[in-house]
Amino acid sequence: MAIGNPFGNMFGKSPFRPIQDHMAKAHSCAQALVPFFEAAVANDWKLAAEKRKDLAKLENDADKLKRNVRLHMPKNLFLPVPRSDLLDMLTMQDQIANAAKDISGLMLGRKMAIPESMAESLLNFIKESISTSEQALKAISELDELVETGFGGREIQLVEKLIKELDRLENVNDRTEIKIRAALFKLEKDMPPVDVMFLYQVIGGIGELADRAQRVGSRLQLLIAR
Amino acid sequence: MTIIAEYGNVLLIAACLFGFFMAWGVGANDVANAMGTSVGSKALTIKQAILVAMIFEFAGAYLAGGEVTSTIRKGIIDPSILADSPELLVFGMMSSLLAAGIWLMVATSFGWPVSTTHSIVGALVGFAAVGISPDAVSWGKVGKIVASWVVSPVTSGIIAFFLFRTVQGLILSKKHPFRAAKRVVPYYIFLVGFIIAMVTLLKGLKHIGLEIDFFESVMWSIVIGITTMFIGVALLSKIKIEAGDDDDFHFASVERVFAVLMMFTACAMAFAHGSNDVANAIGPLAAISGIISSGGEVAQKSAMPAWILLLGAVGIVAGLAMYGHKVIATIGNNITELTPSRGFAATLAAATTVVIASGTGLPISTTHTLVGGVLGVGLARGIGALNLRVISSIFMSWVVTLPAGAALSIMFFFMLKGIFL
Repeated sequence: MAIGNPFGNMFGKSPFRPIQDHMAKAHSCAQALVPFFEAAVANDWKLAAEKRKDLAKLENDADKLKRNVRLHMPKNLFLPVPRSDLLDMLTMQDQIANAAKDISGLMLGRKMAIPESMAESLLNFIKESISTSEQALKAISELDELVETGFGGREIQLVEKLIKELDRLENVNDRTEIKIRAALFKLEKDMPPVDVMFLYQVIGGIGELADRAQRVGSRLQLLIAR
Repeated sequence: MTIIAEYGNVLLIAACLFGFFMAWGVGANDVANAMGTSVGSKALTIKQAILVAMIFEFAGAYLAGGEVTSTIRKGIIDPSILADSPELLVFGMMSSLLAAGIWLMVATSFGWPVSTTHSIVGALVGFAAVGISPDAVSWGKVGKIVASWVVSPVTSGIIAFFLFRTVQGLILSKKHPFRAAKRVVPYYIFLVGFIIAMVTLLKGLKHIGLEIDFFESVMWSIVIGITTMFIGVALLSKIKIEAGDDDDFHFASVERVFAVLMMFTACAMAFAHGSNDVANAIGPLAAISGIISSGGEVAQKSAMPAWILLLGAVGIVAGLAMYGHKVIATIGNNITELTPSRGFAATLAAATTVVIASGTGLPISTTHTLVGGVLGVGLARGIGALNLRVISSIFMSWVVTLPAGAALSIMFFFMLKGIFL
């Protein structure tokens, strides 16, 4: 009997928790880059392929979560924030997962050899990128608290602080990218040119991951800005 | 006259059955909305909700339900026109009860949005305008009632909006929301007790032999408010921050404070619902029994007999116990989004609006008023996601239920006339 009950049906499925879950999944995709990269550096491509499979599975899960959120956000749903901003933010989150998948795909496909002298700094660069995505996750985790407070009050200041830190981390990451490119530039004349080209692409991809994490933060800022 | 004398008892028994049927429907459906908010926000278990509903629905109907009952009984239809043919009024009231009851059942089984209030008002207007004459309907009063159906959800929405804003400002945006909640919530509890007592007392309790003036009403309301506040403070003292409570969601412990408040607003809501919606079932029955017991007198000066009220209350409780608990569970599961802090604002706003309407004798839809309250909280950016289709379903219930109730009651009216005359 309650099927047609207007009162029972007025509560839509809140998208905020699922969006948080999606961000957590996207971040775990980024995290999965570390074991993959370690295997790649060790030149163990069998293990690397396995790690890449794990990562692809996570990315797939993230896609499913994303689709689910979109399906449950019909146009006539009344949300405390603009629907398009939320969907934009979700797309940005998904791009983090995509970036991780692209980087690992490129490296695995070419069985990319990493110059020994660069291995450690490159791994650190990856970890830095991942920490920006972690910071984005931290900020996104405040979504349900933001909803609870009606996107106002002290919670806004807290989230703004988190976003500021995210911006700082991304800046640091940018500078590291420049240093790594410079290091590769010194080595590039002794390496096969095609390999060098693609290694530049991988470095660019890792920087891009951090960039996308930052963009998640700026979308969140749009949500809370009033 | 002869019909009343001849078939008086048969008619009365039939009317009691119809009235009980209607009350059962109210209990099975309407109460669920009023109580579902508390169950959904986990302030009450289903069993507790049913217990609260039983006690406060009855109290509301008994203490504050008189005005609406009298509106249904003699406000919508002008009984003086029917002074010469009281049997027509009896048939009309019976067909209204039957029409509203059957329409409720049909509509809910198809999942259409309905309101008991709208069905009964539509049915009353229908049989009077078509079966007797358009002059028999007090159109001015009907106009006021219809206007109140628009005004009540809006009012409730506005109150809820500002109530929730105060929750945001006074508690949620504070540095220590938990401490702020423990400090502020007792005042909200006071407000719940005060408002309900105030409206009930101002309207007068003459029928239970209590006559008090305005000043005394205020004093008593304050006393009642403070008493409820003390009960609340005692309950609140047991609420403490538990380790791990706020790890995942920082406001979990704050919500447990609000859950205590929600228990009080749930009582207020049940009281408000009882004061307004029980009349839908017992108003027509009171009219019928008044005519039959006086042997065909339409004037109806006599007070409503207590047994009618009891019948209505038992009907509601039966509907609630037999079927309503399922609806409460379903609704409770649907509305987990409505945490106690939000549910409280919506429920208190709705309860206040409904009790005021009851005091002025306006039959309104509790469900729609509650929807208005929830939308008000939503507008204060308090709810994750609201399905705005609910608004069109409210319009549907106005557009569909009124003619349907009217058409059915006209049909039954002529059927009864055919059988007895």
